[in-house]
Amino acid sequence: MHVVLFLSFLIFGSTGGEIAITYGMKATGEPERLRPRELLRFLGKALCNTWFWAGVPLMALSFYALLVLLSWEPISFVIPASALSYVVGTLGAKYILREDVSAARWAGVVLVCAGVALVALG
Amino acid sequence: MASEGRLRLKTLVMVSAMVICANAGDLMLKRAMLQIGAVELTAPGIAHAFRMTVTSGTLWIGIFFLGGFMLSYMTVLSWADYSYVMPAGAFGYALLTLLAVIFLHEAVSARRWVGVVLICVGVLLVGQTKPRTTDVSREALA
Repeated sequence: MHVVLFLSFLIFGSTGGEIAITYGMKATGEPERLRPRELLRFLGKALCNTWFWAGVPLMALSFYALLVLLSWEPISFVIPASALSYVVGTLGAKYILREDVSAARWAGVVLVCAGVALVALG
Repeated sequence: MASEGRLRLKTLVMVSAMVICANAGDLMLKRAMLQIGAVELTAPGIAHAFRMTVTSGTLWIGIFFLGGFMLSYMTVLSWADYSYVMPAGAFGYALLTLLAVIFLHEAVSARRWVGVVLICVGVLLVGQTKPRTTDVSREALA
């Protein structure tokens, strides 16, 4: 039961955090050019964004859940199980960020999810 | 269509920077911790490990790369879809396996090779789709 709880912290923490950061970055707007000066200005603007800072503690929660899970369960269970976050993240992108997830993108995500699980199993 | 091509190119450059920085950073951290050795969980052991880590050049190179990863990740998300960047970033797992075979001569199981192939095909499929499907200007105003 605890494993399921911490696994959901891991998956929803990382995807929730990344979605909040994506939202913050879209609100920040892209840098005009990819030059050091513009990138620094972009970074400064991003660090003033509330959504960016909403994402950071969620990602910290996910990292902490990963450490706890690794102390209970073998890595060959934890990493393949965490690959589910590719699917959860895509659902979040579709329903929260309103991204247009086409059939080809879904197929790619499912293959990547299965592939990461297999690579982690060794 | 020229702007579509430009968008695709700069997304590809940034995702590659992300994958290279994340892998290089992790490898440098791993190398630094191997040089330092296993950390003893006693007060003097932790103090010793702390001194060794802050003075380790390899570790700082690792942190520099991880900073580069974070910056390229944030930059690419300012224009590209999360559902595009996230699976594309998984190419790192495939790259790491190839590097382990080429440079460390590690033996890789058939199951792991199947995983690498699935990741590559998945990333290629996602790569075919449009990197941006939302209206950025509308969100920037919100």
